[in-house]
Amino acid sequence: MNSFKGKSLSWDVREGVVEVELHRAPCNEIGTKMLADLEEFAKALETFSREASAVILHSTRPAGFCAGADLRELYQSAAPLEIAARVAGVREFLHRIHAVLNTLDDSPLTTIAAVQGVCFGGGFELALACDLIVADKMARFCFPELRLGLIPGFGGIPRLKRDLGNAIVRDLLLTGRSINAQKAAGVGLVSQVAGEGEALRVARATAAQVTKFDRGTSAAAKRFAKPIPHDELRREIDLFCELFTRPAVMEGLKKFVESTDALPYLP
Amino acid sequence: MRTIEQTTGEILDLAAQHFKVPRASLSPQDDFFKKLGIDSLQALEMLTRLENHFGIELPDYEMQGVSDFRTLASRIQARL
Repeated sequence: MNSFKGKSLSWDVREGVVEVELHRAPCNEIGTKMLADLEEFAKALETFSREASAVILHSTRPAGFCAGADLRELYQSAAPLEIAARVAGVREFLHRIHAVLNTLDDSPLTTIAAVQGVCFGGGFELALACDLIVADKMARFCFPELRLGLIPGFGGIPRLKRDLGNAIVRDLLLTGRSINAQKAAGVGLVSQVAGEGEALRVARATAAQVTKFDRGTSAAAKRFAKPIPHDELRREIDLFCELFTRPAVMEGLKKFVESTDALPYLP
Repeated sequence: MRTIEQTTGEILDLAAQHFKVPRASLSPQDDFFKKLGIDSLQALEMLTRLENHFGIELPDYEMQGVSDFRTLASRIQARL
């Protein structure tokens, strides 16, 4: 499918590059609707290798790339349920989003996240599944999950550990603080910092460079440089589900949903 | 090395420019959430602009409970 227009995202294939536009208000939160569209994309991604060499993921939402999991939907769907049903629902969602992100991570195409503004939680995990992150200088990256009594659940820790040093992995995870694009570039998370509003342009220039190379060679280089940490990803789902049984999680979600704080993602 | 007054002045200049309010209407003791009417995303944006301008890292948790320009300036000054 060379083009697609969904409620949460759309894509087009042009000159060997698949451009995926995230456009769900307010900031591309990943709930059931976004997940369904991401699954469509993952299905199509397996067919793109005949006609494309690169993928760019970007957002048209002014607030940023993606604010993470849809915590309001999560709270509203989980709150009325018994613990066992809550965990079963969460586990199913996690398996589905992991399948999408593993497909993206494993794609033979070179994948680029063009990030501006907020790139938090599940949004950060979506960017981490890409091969390259190009960030606007106003971008911010954050794993706020500990404030909810949880860990990142969409593959965040295994992929961070694969890509970065332990000091910054623990800093991001254990403090829940956000870092800017310059810091993210300094620790090796971001490969290029673009001017304000220029991340997509820089990503397009990078994708154009990628298309010059033999696709098979690029795919072989990627497979060699970027092994997928499958065992840790599976363990992450188990740990997330274990933590999700604690009462503190629902209290944290309730507090988040009802919060009017200026910085609601912080404890 | 900037003085605290210079740092405060630069913060006020940035805030006036970014939020398009007259510079003369802002003073160091103002509560910037109330004065500028900013939400959580705008607070993050301001944090990023301040970090970029001063070339520092300012962890979000150091901003918690800070609502006036003068205290913000002292947090920044400690990292210059």
